[in-house]
This record gives sequence, C-alpha cells and structure tokens, in this order.
Amino acid sequence: MPIIDLLLEPLGYDFMQRAFLVTVTAAIVCGVLSCWLVLIGWSLMGDAVSHAVLPGVVLAYMLGTPFAVGALVFGVAAVALIGIVRSTSRVKEDAAIGVVFTTLFALGIVLISVVPSQTDLGHILFGNLLGVSASDLVQVLVLGAVTLAILLLKRRDLTLYAFDPTHAHAIGLNPKVLGGLLLGLLALTVVVALQAVGVVLVVAMLIIPGATAYLLTDRFARMLVISPIIAAACSIAGIYLSYYLDASSGGMVVLTMGAVFTLVYLFAPQQGVIGRRVTAAARRRQVPASV
Amino acid sequence: MSGPVASVGRKAPDDRSAPALEVRGLTVHYGDVLALDDVSLALRRGTVCGLIGMNGSGKSTLFKAIMGTVKPDRGSVSIAGRAPKQARRAGIVGYVPQSEEVDWSFPLSVYDVVMMGRYGFQNFLRHPRPSDRAAVAEALDRVELTGLADRRIGALSGGQRKRAFVARGLAQGADVLLLDEPFAGVDKRSEATISDLLRELASSGGTVLVSSHDLEALPRLADEAILLLRRVLLHGTPEEALRPEQLARAFGLDLTGRTEE
Repeated sequence: MPIIDLLLEPLGYDFMQRAFLVTVTAAIVCGVLSCWLVLIGWSLMGDAVSHAVLPGVVLAYMLGTPFAVGALVFGVAAVALIGIVRSTSRVKEDAAIGVVFTTLFALGIVLISVVPSQTDLGHILFGNLLGVSASDLVQVLVLGAVTLAILLLKRRDLTLYAFDPTHAHAIGLNPKVLGGLLLGLLALTVVVALQAVGVVLVVAMLIIPGATAYLLTDRFARMLVISPIIAAACSIAGIYLSYYLDASSGGMVVLTMGAVFTLVYLFAPQQGVIGRRVTAAARRRQVPASV
Repeated sequence: MSGPVASVGRKAPDDRSAPALEVRGLTVHYGDVLALDDVSLALRRGTVCGLIGMNGSGKSTLFKAIMGTVKPDRGSVSIAGRAPKQARRAGIVGYVPQSEEVDWSFPLSVYDVVMMGRYGFQNFLRHPRPSDRAAVAEALDRVELTGLADRRIGALSGGQRKRAFVARGLAQGADVLLLDEPFAGVDKRSEATISDLLRELASSGGTVLVSSHDLEALPRLADEAILLLRRVLLHGTPEEALRPEQLARAFGLDLTGRTEE
C-alpha cells in the first residue's frame, strides 16, 4: 500500500478526524503554555493541576454539566489550596503541591469507584480519543482558541513575569495577578488536553514540548513557535502509530514526544549532549584552516 | 526622536521640591528577626548615594521596602512626592537586581531585556513602537552594549550583565534608580562605565541609591553615603562614612583588634 493511502485511511473515519482535531488543538495550546512552565519551574504545578481536576470531571458527569466546568472549578481550587497551605504553614511549596493534588486525585478515584455511570469514567484517566463526540469537539476547540489567544496576546507580560517579577512590580504591574493569570490558563489548558491524553498524561504535553524547544533555541520568541510545532507533529505521528499498532493513543502521543525529546537531548547542535561535541569539533577543524 | 528619552510618555513629577526619595520611620521584621529599625532618610534630586553595610545589615530589605515588595510594620516611603504605588505606575522607579536574583539561563537577548524597561509606556499588548526601539537603542549605546544586543543575556560577562540591567533602567527613564550590589563580581572596566553612567544620570537630575562593597571607589562614585546596620548609623559625605571609627561601627569591627595586626 502506498504511504499516501496509509496516511489517508484513518481520515476516512469521522471519529478519527475528531481525534486528530482534538489532539492537535490540545498539543498546540499545551506546547505554547509549556514554554513558560519549564522556564519558571512549574512542572510539578502542571502535574498537580492536571491530577486535581479529576473529581471535578467526575462530578460534572454526575450533574450532567459540561466537564470543562467541573475541571476548571477544581483546577482553580487546587491552585488556591496550594497557595493557602504554603503561605499559612511552614510546609514548603513542593510538599504543599504534593499534599493537595494527591488528595484531590484520590477523591476523584473514590468518586469513580462509587458512582454508577454508563460512561466509563476510567477514560478520564487515560484519555478517550476515539470516543470524542461532536459536542466534546466544540468544547475543546472553543476553550483551546480562547486559551491560546490570551496566552499569545499577553505573552510579553507573562515572559516578564517569568523572568523578572520584581521589575514587573517596579513598573506598576502586579506579579500576583500575572501569576494567577498563568495558573488560570494552566487549568484551562488541562481541560483542553484532558480528552486527548487523559489526566495522567496531560503533564507530559505540558512539559515535554517546552523542554525540547528550550534545548533548540536561545530565543524565547522562537521557543513559542518550535514548541507547539513539535507538540502537534508528535501528536499526529502518535495517533497514526496508535491506529496501526492498535495501541493506546494517549500513550503513543506521549511516547513520541519522549522519543523526540531524547533525540534533541542527544543531538541538538548547541545544547545536545553529543551534538555540542560535534559542533565543538567542527569549530576546531575550522579554526586552523581559517588562520 | 531628539530630546531626552526620560521624558517620553511621562507626566512631569507632581512636586519638584519634594525629595526624590524619602523614607520615614521604616521598620521591617522577618518573623521575629528585626531587619530594619526605624530607618529614615531623604535623598535630593541629582545625587548618587552609596548604601554601605555588611551582609545582613538590611540593605536588600531597604531596597525591597522602597520597591514595595516587602511590607513594613511601620513607616512610609515616598518617591518624588508620590506614594510608592503611584510612583511605580508612573515608571519613576528603576531597579537593578542582585546577580543571584536573576535566572541567567533564561532564553532572552540583551535587547529583549532592555525592551522590558519600556513595557510601562506601551499598551496592554506591549507592542514596541518606534519610540520604544529608539529608547532601547540609545540606552544600549550609553552602556556600550550595542554590538551585543542580540547576545543571550546569560552569555554576557558579569559586568556586561549589570550594564544591560542599567540600560533597562535608562530605557525606562527611571528618575530614581536602585542598584543592589552592582559591582559584585564585575570587572574594573564595567565598574568604571557604570559609575560614569550613574554620575551622568545624577547630573541630569536623576537620583541613584546604590549598595556596594567597594569602599575604595565610593568617593568617586557617590555624593553621599549611608552606613546601615538595621538602623541608619550615619548619613553624610563618603569621606565621613569611610572614617575607620565609622566603618568599625557599621561592620562591627573591634578597632583595637585591628590595630594590633
């Protein structure tokens, strides 16, 4: 079978088209956001928010409201709780994050185990790419577009906040508001990516693309382009792989991202472990020739 | 595009006769630890003031309290006759952080960092206009970093990094510039460039408060000096501050012990 047919065949199914759309949307939003997360050092915060939304999603199913509403409420609540525990006790931030998100995640697991439901709520944990309904798709596209628009419009302020919150304060901006905005956008992004890869693997999409892009460029503006492109390309490749290997789609997407990160980690020209030696050796060869 | 950068998009200060920086009765605790004890000082426009004190004497805390990132228990700060919040909104206060406070692995160019000085003048999208680019170019020129504008900020030497942050304050057109240990780990050439710039800034009406360990260079740099040890021990000329008996108070040295050496 020619390659073009291999690529086109899955697109013949409506559910596969929706799967591609949802994953690519999630990948682009996650890819953009992950640039700030990896630079601020908020990986654990991304992990926390993505796990903490689980009870919200289960409750939303129980109450029949859009799952985005439940997820958002619990995402924001988790961030607030973490802030409260950290600032009102001697517990350090990473411990506060660990306590809050595991507890909320456990609440979600308990709810799943006791709530009788016709939907398999286990899908929330690992994503349910092949079962994306038309209304799910609309939700993801709208939320994704809104989140992406805010991220890109406020990118300079967010970067200033990530780099030098004191200067932001000095010129009359409020770093707490900017930090809160970024956390709110994190919660929205988690909601967008939930269906694609599931609660457990969302953090991969929030971290790996940004970390990969960071190894490829010294310019933040370029990171903002490279990261979503890597995320989207890995998502598409991952879905094809899962289709033909009959393997977990969320798992395959994240595995692809991990594989690309590994390649970049090894071979990136400036930052790669092997790549920078090659670059240095090439430079050494050039120097005597040009003298 | 002629005329001073500092005046772009800026209202004139409300009160020219008010001190550029006035601190009254400032007291700050960290938990049970007293960091600043009833600190009062006033700086006139056009002066460079050196802030001298040992580690833990409260220099950084004083900067933070002036900036408003640390809440004092008591006391007040006024900048060019304005409340700190209004002064910050007007872009009057510039801050050059200590090296340890900056993430030098951040993927931003020197140009990007200096442009951040202009954000206060821009609309909420922070889209740079020609006047912003001109201000950044002029600031880079004044700190002699024009050729390194595209370099990653962390790839600069210690002295060049400081000059980049001073350039950010220049691009901002800050009337009051606060510098926390700008000469730590800085080569002599950069120290001289920065000192000259601060003097220039003062002679054009700016006000500079700079903490420093380099006592030798103080008389050349500063018009005034403050010795700080949680309280203001002395506010006078650099020569007064550098007298051995005064330094001994500020640094907690035993004078008789030193003469025996």
